Amino acid sequence: MANKTNINVLWDKIFKVSGLIVTLLGLVVLAVLLIDIFSEGFSRLSWDFITHYPSRHPERAGILSSLVGTIWVMAITAALAIPIGVMAAIYLEEYAKKSWLTNLIEINIANLAGVPSVIYGLLGLGVFVNFLALERSIIAGGATLALLALPIIIMSTREALRAVPPSIREASLALGASRWQTVSTMVLPAAIPGILTGVILSLSRAIGETAPLIVVGALTYIPFLPESPITGEFPFISLAGLKDPFSVLPIQIFNWVSRPQHGFIVNAAAAIIVLLTITFMMNAVAVWLRHKYQKKIRW
Amino acid sequence: MKTAFKIKDVNGYYGESHALKDVNFEIGAKTVTAIIGPSGCGKSTFIRCLNRMNDLVPSFRLTGEMLHNGTDIYQKGRDIIEIRRKIGMVFQKPNPFPKSIYENVAYGLRIHGIKNKSTLDDVVEKSLKKAALWKDVKDRLKESALMLSGGQQQRLCIARAIATEPEVILFDEPCSALDPISTSKIEDLFSELKNEYTVIIVTHSMQQAARVSDFTGFFMMGELIEFDETKKIFTTPSNKLTEDYITGRFG
Repeated sequence: MANKTNINVLWDKIFKVSGLIVTLLGLVVLAVLLIDIFSEGFSRLSWDFITHYPSRHPERAGILSSLVGTIWVMAITAALAIPIGVMAAIYLEEYAKKSWLTNLIEINIANLAGVPSVIYGLLGLGVFVNFLALERSIIAGGATLALLALPIIIMSTREALRAVPPSIREASLALGASRWQTVSTMVLPAAIPGILTGVILSLSRAIGETAPLIVVGALTYIPFLPESPITGEFPFISLAGLKDPFSVLPIQIFNWVSRPQHGFIVNAAAAIIVLLTITFMMNAVAVWLRHKYQKKIRW
Repeated sequence: MKTAFKIKDVNGYYGESHALKDVNFEIGAKTVTAIIGPSGCGKSTFIRCLNRMNDLVPSFRLTGEMLHNGTDIYQKGRDIIEIRRKIGMVFQKPNPFPKSIYENVAYGLRIHGIKNKSTLDDVVEKSLKKAALWKDVKDRLKESALMLSGGQQQRLCIARAIATEPEVILFDEPCSALDPISTSKIEDLFSELKNEYTVIIVTHSMQQAARVSDFTGFFMMGELIEFDETKKIFTTPSNKLTEDYITGRFG
C-alpha cells in the first residue's frame, strides 16, 4: 500500500517536471525566433520602410503596397466572414432542430477547420477568380480568406452561445418573448466576449496566410495602391479598389526571403516584425474586449 | 368557483417514454393548487405543459386537451407567445437576467413593445411591491440583479412574471434552491397572489403543499393518483398510495 503511494508520488513528480520542460521548450523556440528576427530586422524599421513601394534595391524597398493590401484583404475577410459565420452559428445553435442533417453539417464544419489552407486557395481560384470572374483581385483574395476563417468563427460562436445558461432562454421565452427577441436581447449580448475572441483569433490566423493567396494570384511585386475607398465626390466612398490586384505582407516576406541578397533578408525580418505587431495588436484587442464585456456579466 | 384549466385525457411522451398517463382534472381560477409526488413522477412535465415550455424539448409529444378558459392550449395555430404572456412561470433555480433589477422586471413589457417610461416605472414598482421586494431594492433599481441574494432573486423572478399581467403563474419547485427564511417569505406571497392570479405550484415539500395550497394533486409514475382539497388529501386521502406518500412511507 505504502509502496503504491510512493509510486504515485513519483509519477506525479515525473509528469510535473516533464510538463515544465515541454512548456519551456515551446517558449524557448519562440524566444529564439523573436530574438533572431528582431536583431536582424529592427534596424531596418523606419517610416520610409512603411511608406515605400517594393524595389529592386533592398535599401530602397518598402512594404507600402503589401501593407495596404493586407488591410484591404482583412477588411473584406472580416466583412464577409463575421456576419455569415455568426448568423450560421446562431441558426445552428438556437434555431435548427437536431437531426442527422445538422449533425452532418456540424461534423463537416469541424473538418473544414482542419483543411490545409492551400485547398481553400484552390477553391477560391476555381470559384471566385474563374467562375465568378473576379480575377486576381482584392475581393477574390478576401473572399478566399473569409472561407478559411468561417469554420473557426462558426465553431467559436457556437461554443460561446452554448455557454449561455439555458435558464436565461427559458426565462425569456416564458415571458412571451419570441426566439429572435430572446437571442438578440439576452443570448447574444451574453455571448459577445466569446464570439469576439473567436472572430479575432480566426482573423489573426487569416492575416498570416500565404499559400491560399498565392494560389488565388496575389502579386509578389506591385508598385501601386488599389483605388482609394474614400473619394472627393459624392458618395465619397468607392469600392472600385476591390477589383484591383494586390499583394499582402506574408507574400512580400516570402518573396524577399527567396532573394539571394542579404539586404532583402533584412527587409523580410523587418516586415515580419510589422506583421507580428499587427497580429499582436489584434490579440490585445481581443483580450481587452473580452475583459470589458465580461465585467458586465457575471452568472 | 370558475375553472381556469380543464385537463382532458392528457398523455405526454418524451420519445418512447410515457411521462403523463391519462390525466384528467380541473384547476379552479384564483386558487393555489399544489402538485406533489416523488421525483420523476411527471409533475414538472405536467406544469411545463401548461405554458408549452415543453415545446423546447424536441422529442416531447402530447395528446388530449388542455383547456385554458375554454380553449385548448395545444390547438393548432395557437399563438404560443400569447399563451406564455397569460400564463407566467417561475423556475426552480432563480434565473434573473444579467441586467439591472429594473430591466429584469421591465423586460416582459419591452418585448411586447411598451416603451413609455412612466408606464414602465409604474409597472416595475407595482410588480416589485406585489413580490414583496420593493422595500429591499427601491434605492438600487439600476444595480445588477445578480447582486441580490438567492431569495431576493427568486422574488425578482416572481415580480418579472407579474409584470406582464398574466392570469396564471406557474411555480416549478420555486423554493428548492432557497434557505428556510427565503422560503417562508415566498410562501407568504402565495396567499396574496391568489387574490389576483391562479397559482399552480410543483413542490417536493409536502409541508409546503399543506401550508400554502387550497387544492393538491398527487402524481405518481405519470398518473394523477388523487386530486382534492388540500385539507382532505392530508387528513383523509381516499387512495392508499396517497396515504403512503404523505405519511412518508416512500418517496
